[in-house]
Amino acid sequence: MSAGQAVTAIVQRIEIHKLRHGDNLILGFSIGGGIDQDPGQNPFSGDKTDKGIYVTRISQRGPAEEAGLRMGDKIMQVNGWDMTMVTHDQARKRLTKKNEDVVRLLVTRKSLEEAVKHSKGSYPRQ
Amino acid sequence: MRSRDEASKIDSLRSKVDLLRLPLALSTKSISNRKSQLGVVWEKGGGGGGSWAGGARKPRPPPASDMDNESTYSGYSYKSSHSRSSRKHRDKRDRHRGKSRDSSIRGDKSVTIQAPGEPLLDAESTRGDDRDDNWGETTTVVTGTSVDSVSNEDLTRMSKDLEDSSPLECRRYLSPALGAVLGLFALVTPLAFLALPQLLWRDTLEPCGTPCEGLYISLAFKLLILLISTWALFLRSPRATLPRFFVFRCLLLALVFLFVASYWLFYGVRVLEPRETDYRGIVGYAASLVDALLFIQYLALVLLEVRHLQPAFCLKVVRTTDGASRFYNVGHLSIQRAAVWVLDQYYSDFPVYNPALLNLPKSILSKKMSAFKVYNLGEENSTNNSTGQSRTMIAAAARRRDNSHNEYYYEEAEVERRVRKRKARLVVAVEEAFTHIKRHQDEDATTSSPKHPREVMDPREAAQAIFAPMARAMQKYLRATRQQSYHSMESIINHLQFCVTHNMSPKAFLERYLSPGPTLQYLDTTRGRQWTLVSEEPVTAALRQGQVFSLRRLDFSLVVTVAPLPFLRLGEEFIDPKRHKFVMKLQSETSV
Repeated sequence: MSAGQAVTAIVQRIEIHKLRHGDNLILGFSIGGGIDQDPGQNPFSGDKTDKGIYVTRISQRGPAEEAGLRMGDKIMQVNGWDMTMVTHDQARKRLTKKNEDVVRLLVTRKSLEEAVKHSKGSYPRQ
Repeated sequence: MRSRDEASKIDSLRSKVDLLRLPLALSTKSISNRKSQLGVVWEKGGGGGGSWAGGARKPRPPPASDMDNESTYSGYSYKSSHSRSSRKHRDKRDRHRGKSRDSSIRGDKSVTIQAPGEPLLDAESTRGDDRDDNWGETTTVVTGTSVDSVSNEDLTRMSKDLEDSSPLECRRYLSPALGAVLGLFALVTPLAFLALPQLLWRDTLEPCGTPCEGLYISLAFKLLILLISTWALFLRSPRATLPRFFVFRCLLLALVFLFVASYWLFYGVRVLEPRETDYRGIVGYAASLVDALLFIQYLALVLLEVRHLQPAFCLKVVRTTDGASRFYNVGHLSIQRAAVWVLDQYYSDFPVYNPALLNLPKSILSKKMSAFKVYNLGEENSTNNSTGQSRTMIAAAARRRDNSHNEYYYEEAEVERRVRKRKARLVVAVEEAFTHIKRHQDEDATTSSPKHPREVMDPREAAQAIFAPMARAMQKYLRATRQQSYHSMESIINHLQFCVTHNMSPKAFLERYLSPGPTLQYLDTTRGRQWTLVSEEPVTAALRQGQVFSLRRLDFSLVVTVAPLPFLRLGEEFIDPKRHKFVMKLQSETSV
């Protein structure tokens, strides 16, 4: 994979407030992927060489589901930090900082593109 | 010895006369033959010489008019019908000269240029169906007389073989004999150098004590080594007759001759004339001659045996009739030597050429052209019409929908099915036949009851006994694979006897018939084989990239293409064994 290629995507901002569960702050989803992982086994990515971070599971009625995160989303940024070229462990660390209560994610999914296309098509240019 | 010299002088003159009598186109074979008679060509290397030749004879330098081996001659050999009588005379003379070589006659080939009108019928060019191959269907009891009978065709074939093989044998040994003579002469020379002063002027010689004895010992051992290595390297019976000189061999023989001649010259002028008294000097001189002979032998070894060992070219050999091809790696050789080498490999690698297996049946091919008839409308002036006519026919036939591949496919499938069925029948029949006999152990003799004595047979009888049940299946199978001309009933019984003697299983017996073996298996090895080397360049030229030459026999030929082996640039990469490390490919999921 060639590093340094510009990636353009239509993203959605999602703000998740961490839930205190005992001693831990949980967000309510699981991630997979990373530059040290095998991208061929990712069921959510369109391009099987994509080593980005994907949301693999969402716990029911957790903070992530309520904030609008869906399974299969690719996380592009967390609190301003890039997530497209990180290892799995780095991604985990960025999401589970103990001194942050809120994480602001930029996520992308295929349906976003479709939606933008539809909206562009239905409204004539003004 | 003088009379023999006279006789040989007369012989060489007579051969010259024969040359002039021939028509304008001369064959290089006859010229090289003359040259070999004059002591320049030897089959397998010069150097130290041998001890086989009878009598030492001084080889004469060849006359200048004959030293012409660069011009090309046409392929009209002296064996044509014009010179048949002269050839007979020459052969009789050759035989009377007496052979000095006592080696056994092994199967060999002669690469000669032959006249086109001379059919040599042998195992390689079969005549297919006109032989008597109905033996399987009519034989129920095999008696001794029927197996030993010789058909008329065999008789004519044998007479032709006799006629052809005898001149080959005699010519084959001429040049090695002359080379051996030269070698023997070279070997005897140092002893002569030592002996002559002792014989002629012994009393005036200075006595020479220990240094001379040391030189005697070294001389003796060097001569012994020279003898042994000459025997090991050069005294092998030649396997091929080449159309032109073997350049290296001639060079070496010329070198040896020059060398020994110049030593004799010096000896005659400086030692024999003034009756030199310094015997130690003479012994030293003889020792230096032996040293130099050893070096010439080293040169011969390198030129003739070692130089062509490193592979440099890849030869592709294709048989023109059925496309069987092989690739061989050879070193730096001349075209004729490479041809001999290729033929050696041909006899053991290529499956035997079976002319019955060749072409598509005519029924498939002939349909195409016959369906069209061309009508000429208009002009009567039809000078160039024939080519136009055939061209239109070909074009029309090509455009027409062609179904002959269908028929070919089905016919092939049918033939294959038939062969497989017959093979199955044959295998079963042979297995069953082999169960009828078993080896007789000596201790069984006591256990068998005296009322029913079992007849004890020798292998031949055992083979004949079990041949009858399998004969029909065998004949049908051979017919299906078109091999019936290669295996006569006699040969099958012989092979069966061989297998029974050596405790072979039925499968081992059948191995010979289920796959076509190499040509060598079917050869009669007592006769030579005639091949013609066809080449655009002189055959003593070295192999080069892109050369093509072909080796022709009567009904097929082998086309040889030369390609150089690629130059290899070998690089190096060192890998530390500790650097072999692996990780599992992960797909972990972390919940946050």
